[in-house]
Amino acid sequence: MNVHPSPLEAQFAFDAVGAESHDVAHHASSTAPLGFWIYLMSDCILFASIFAGFAVLRGNFAGGPTGLDLFNLPYVAVETACLLVSSLTYGLAMIAMERNDRRQVFAWMGVTFFLGLCFLGMEIHEFSELVARGAGPDRSAFLSAFFTLVATHGLHVTAGLIWMGTMFVHLWRRGLSAGNRTGLICLSLFWHFLDIIWIGVFSIVYLMGVG
Amino acid sequence: MNVEAPGSRSARARISGAAIHPGHGHHGEASHGSVRSYLTGFALSVVLTAIPFVLVMTHALPAQSVVPTIIGLGLVQIIVHLIYFLHMNGSSSQVWNNAAFVFTLVVVGILVCGSLWIMYHLNVNMMPGMMPGGQ
Repeated sequence: MNVHPSPLEAQFAFDAVGAESHDVAHHASSTAPLGFWIYLMSDCILFASIFAGFAVLRGNFAGGPTGLDLFNLPYVAVETACLLVSSLTYGLAMIAMERNDRRQVFAWMGVTFFLGLCFLGMEIHEFSELVARGAGPDRSAFLSAFFTLVATHGLHVTAGLIWMGTMFVHLWRRGLSAGNRTGLICLSLFWHFLDIIWIGVFSIVYLMGVG
Repeated sequence: MNVEAPGSRSARARISGAAIHPGHGHHGEASHGSVRSYLTGFALSVVLTAIPFVLVMTHALPAQSVVPTIIGLGLVQIIVHLIYFLHMNGSSSQVWNNAAFVFTLVVVGILVCGSLWIMYHLNVNMMPGMMPGGQ
């Protein structure tokens, strides 16, 4: 083991070694969420720059289709509902974790995963339909910025789903250990953060694109 | 960090008060919120999402107030999510989270406002006929 493990390394070390390095795990569970929070803040700046790019280019249609021609608001409302409800169900999973109820953690995480998958499926369907209609990212600056912004969010959701999948395996094998609790807390921050980014996406891209 | 029995008076007061005073509702072991606070946040969020969707889909707003309304409601919803889902508050245990957050707000503000400002002026100055020697 390292002499001075960073919080995340310490957490992995704990996972590998087990309960004997209890101090290290305590250290990790108190500082890892802060470290993860700072990562989220940097991710926030990444999204801010893509949002700024989109805001600058949102009127450059190059004679191509506009948001009014392309966007289907009821469809976007359903996507939004998937993400919003998944934020609630992840919160219920966290409450189940507080109560040490592993079965309920699995159940609510399962619902969250399913809703995330629905959102992602709907987004991929929307993208493929846009490309099939000739409104791909190469059509205009507006569409380049649209695909960059929405796909970056979609990639984050994909990463969240993969992370959730690995959390299922960890939970299955070790239960609600200190390391797994830290992982669940960080993933909850990530998931709620993605929902917040989506508020910006549906407001600025879809609603302002149509309204 | 507060350490107290889950059933103590202050713990009960905290859980029942979480929905009303979110800023003071989460300390110590209750930092992941209660079912009630999640449901409150969810209900507020649904309302704040539904209003702009309905306004845009029914064309209920005059054209010049669409963008400010959407942005205003979006900002309110982001604050609701930060309080009820990400459990941000002013407690001393969150000093560093809040410091990082405020710093990020400043950077995001400069980035977004600065980009829009620069590009707007660039567009205005590139308009045909605006240059001294232009047509």
